[in-house]
Amino acid sequence: MDKPVNNRAWFLVLPVLVIVAFSAVIPLMTVVNYSVQDTFGNNQFFWNGLGWFQDVLESDRIHAALGRQLLFSAIILAIEIPLGIFIALNMPKRGFWASLVLVLMALPLLIPWNVVGTIWQVFGRVDIGLLGHTLAALGFDYNYVNDPIDAWATIIVMDVWHWTSLVALLCYAGLQSIPDAYYQAARIDQASRWGVFRYIELPKMSGVLLIAVLLRFMDSFMIYTEPFVATGGGPGNATTFLSIDLVKMAIGQFDLGPAAAFSLIYFLVILLISWVFYTVMTAQREAL
Amino acid sequence: MASRGSAVVMTLYLLFLLVPIYWLVNMSLKTNAEITGTFSLYPLNPTLNNYRVILTDSSWYMGYVNSLIYVVMNTALSLAVALPAAYAFSRYRFLGDKHLFFWLLTNRMAPPAVFALPFFQLYSAVGLFDTHIAVALAHCLFNVPLAVWILEGFMSGVPREIDETAYIDGYSFPRFFVRIFMPLIASGIGVAAFFCFMFSWVELLLSRTLTSVNAKPIAATMTRTVSASGLDWGVLAAAGVLTILPGALVIWFVRNYIAKGFALGRV
Repeated sequence: MDKPVNNRAWFLVLPVLVIVAFSAVIPLMTVVNYSVQDTFGNNQFFWNGLGWFQDVLESDRIHAALGRQLLFSAIILAIEIPLGIFIALNMPKRGFWASLVLVLMALPLLIPWNVVGTIWQVFGRVDIGLLGHTLAALGFDYNYVNDPIDAWATIIVMDVWHWTSLVALLCYAGLQSIPDAYYQAARIDQASRWGVFRYIELPKMSGVLLIAVLLRFMDSFMIYTEPFVATGGGPGNATTFLSIDLVKMAIGQFDLGPAAAFSLIYFLVILLISWVFYTVMTAQREAL
Repeated sequence: MASRGSAVVMTLYLLFLLVPIYWLVNMSLKTNAEITGTFSLYPLNPTLNNYRVILTDSSWYMGYVNSLIYVVMNTALSLAVALPAAYAFSRYRFLGDKHLFFWLLTNRMAPPAVFALPFFQLYSAVGLFDTHIAVALAHCLFNVPLAVWILEGFMSGVPREIDETAYIDGYSFPRFFVRIFMPLIASGIGVAAFFCFMFSWVELLLSRTLTSVNAKPIAATMTRTVSASGLDWGVLAAAGVLTILPGALVIWFVRNYIAKGFALGRV
């Protein structure tokens, strides 16, 4: 499988480099530029060194947002990964039903994110939403507008609704690649259901699970539109995650310096945690 | 495995997925008076008036047109640059290839919120603010890496002997690529196009930041339903339903490749 070495392949990669340079490198350099400068307005900037970074690292507000963000991503992964695996194991394997189930499951993935927020904002309202109305009729004191716990529950259920199918579809693709002979061998050995899962299905799914965990981590860590539309970051700051806080700072208050420093730290945190997931999970995969 | 148990699990899960969508459809067929006045599981007096409002008002339906324009531009652009790059990654080793591939990956990890402000300034500076191409270019940030990955996965499944045979037969690279290679990975191109379409279609933060009037996406237009007289729930719901339709239509064609696409072509 050795590929030939050919440095002229760079010419094929060049268009990608140009376009990504325009849409990623230049903007990121602007951010770096802002992060080390201060301004009095009038486009007059002066060097501020690492001051903004220090401010951001010491800011209670950002610490709180980071804490909420980490908790949110942890809850999301803890629910969606096992649930996704469980759903994948129960999906029909072939035929018309398999196609129909695939299409229906993929539906939430294709809804614009603000519409996802709108759907759940409406669905959870006590006066006109089915969920809120039903919960109220059952005697629960449910109100996502005023109660932080209810707001969190709504956002988490919304994200589970939105993205569990992704995990399930990935695991399903992994399961489909297992030859029937493996299951027959397991039956001859009278392996338990758990044994089949642990020694046949889980190792075969480990590759796609790595992708699922990484994607779900990255996207839940960057979540903006859905909670912004559903709860607006409230009540108070209860569901203000990092992106919401950042947009508030950068575009709402136009605090360029701190927002830029915040951006860079945010990006680095994502890269770091993704790298940790990747390293740990690849190591575990080899151990399976 | 007990198949009845599976059927129960799947039914419950699909219900969980579909009931909120049903509720939106339900609301879109009611009048505002009915939405706020009575609580019913289905529209008592079904009306298409909410849809009529959207389809007859250009400031509404232009939102869909704008969204579709930049989504299609982005898909074409992403594929055009990603195809040769994916070929290079799948066929050759070259100086810094692994680093470059990983660096592309990091762009998929970049929070759009980080880029919103610099994009705004960059595109304003070059006079592209509030144009479709600005949003299309901005969405390349996450769609180009995605397209490169998906295509690279599919291309690696094509044996290299085919390339070599074609070169021996005297095909030039461009002719080989377009005439022989692209048809071989047609399903991969379809899947990549689908994913570019999808991620560009669902994104709001960047498209909203980069537009004001002329290229305003439907997602941003939807905030218009908030007015002095309160929220126009019916029209909001109808607009939401109409944004679900394009995705629902194209998904049927790629149903067998969805999972493979999400796995970036690596199952």
